[in-house]
Amino acid sequence: MFCLCGSLALAIGCGGGSNNSNSNNNNGTPTQNTQPIAVNGGPPAAIALSGIYPNGAFTSVTVCVPGSATNCQTIDGVLVDTGSFGLRLLSAAKGGELTLGLPTTNIGGSPIGECIQFVDTSFLWGPVRTADVKIAGEQASSVPVHVVGDTSFPAVPNTCSTGGLDDDSLAVLGANGILGVGTFQQDCGTACSTGTPPTAAYYQCPTSGCVPSLVSLTQQVQNPVGLFASDNNGVIIELPAVNSPQPSVTGSMIFGIGTQSDNALGSATVFTLDQTTFGFTTTYNNVAYSGSFIDSGSNGIFFLDATTTGMPVCSDATSWYCPTSTSPIPFPVTNQATGGSPHALTFSVGNFDQLTAGSNAAIDDLAGPNAGTFDFGLPFFYGRNVYTSIAGTTAPGGQTPYWAY
Amino acid sequence: MRPVLSQILIGLLTVGAISLPAMAALGGDVSSVQEDQAHMKAALQIRTGQAYTVHELHQESGTVVKEFISPAGKVFAVSWSGPFIPDLRQLLGEYFDKYSQAAQTRGQRHGRAPLMIEQDGLVVQTGGHMRAFTGKAYLTDKLPEGVSTDAIR
Repeated sequence: MFCLCGSLALAIGCGGGSNNSNSNNNNGTPTQNTQPIAVNGGPPAAIALSGIYPNGAFTSVTVCVPGSATNCQTIDGVLVDTGSFGLRLLSAAKGGELTLGLPTTNIGGSPIGECIQFVDTSFLWGPVRTADVKIAGEQASSVPVHVVGDTSFPAVPNTCSTGGLDDDSLAVLGANGILGVGTFQQDCGTACSTGTPPTAAYYQCPTSGCVPSLVSLTQQVQNPVGLFASDNNGVIIELPAVNSPQPSVTGSMIFGIGTQSDNALGSATVFTLDQTTFGFTTTYNNVAYSGSFIDSGSNGIFFLDATTTGMPVCSDATSWYCPTSTSPIPFPVTNQATGGSPHALTFSVGNFDQLTAGSNAAIDDLAGPNAGTFDFGLPFFYGRNVYTSIAGTTAPGGQTPYWAY
Repeated sequence: MRPVLSQILIGLLTVGAISLPAMAALGGDVSSVQEDQAHMKAALQIRTGQAYTVHELHQESGTVVKEFISPAGKVFAVSWSGPFIPDLRQLLGEYFDKYSQAAQTRGQRHGRAPLMIEQDGLVVQTGGHMRAFTGKAYLTDKLPEGVSTDAIR
């Protein structure tokens, strides 16, 4: 699953990332590595269509035709997602902002299409195109990006949908795109570059129709951070504490870990991903649950089930908890990675229906079920600096990939 | 504790794509497992216990699908784990439409949360994230006596 490199390549980093040694631009001044983010309910056009996106952190991303300094477009309302890998932009044809014509990528002389599925079995479909990606003072060149809702591209293949929602519209996606800045460099990895092509991942799309295809690691949709010239070993998400629901809060996405004076790891506890579960262990009520992960793209803390937590799910929204208690219910847990230090914390859960009834976007106590494991979504980020390092890069704190906070 | 008495590697199917009609996996009988194996081009491992038998389908993509078969020869549960969500149309069979309808409503406004579907005896739960998905589906009234749903994983 991790990017394949020889030992020499590993020593200097791989997967497009170099290392943490160089964070200066040509003028010798530090690269501007801080990008503002906002938990603000999402793009106004999306709010008008389908309401506030609770606990979504949004930012803007500039894309340019590769090599051009002028043929560029800045896309606002892009969801910051440490649980996925790669930049996906919604075409204006389906309500997004992207109008810039970006070059297609090809395999065997045919355009590459991609199907991506999410945990709720919803999916995104569209061509893989290339762009220079600019965020803050950072730039990644000729990055394969996923353009979704592109009506000029062949329709969604039957094999792409496994019964979930089609996310390829502004009303459903609730964002103009997703910026995947998680723990991996490619969105698929060797599962899509060797062996038999997966049935719902990459496709080559000749005029006769799209068929599943293998795609090399470098042609796969890439985490742009790993392709930055510097500050390319991960990101830090910084958001303030949210003690009561707020219409919006603002914070920062800082690129690089230990590459500049503003992104030191400091005393943060490191949680290295277990290579089998891709997560760490969370102990609750003396039971250890494996496969925990930290994901800014999850808009609640999703953990265990109604029986184990003693909280019912909402009658109208079974993906969320609706405890009947008038005050939030505390859950003390301890996180620990294999070979790492334990860290105890307590989060609280309130009633989803009541908390989302108003016009607030930043809501600390939203949670839902996730049988047998823990997904620490955006509420976990409130009041913490959360580090996400990229596999195959070098970063302080030990073996990557890891989360730290 | 999952009962394991024997492990038999049946073989690796390496033939090209075969177009098969969607078979009733969940709720179907044991023969549907072979059809799933062909559809998924997967290596099959069978583990037989006292309460039920587990057929493990190892897809080349890395996703492992398990089908839980009751002593009566019926698939009462399925689970998956790996980089891709398997073809649920195939795996859920006659229960696909019920699942899909529930998944389409999302019932949670924006954001992508794990599915937690419980309808008319069908339970579908999903988890994980890009490159590491998990999930299971089972029929509450088809569970063999004494089998905990925690064992379905």
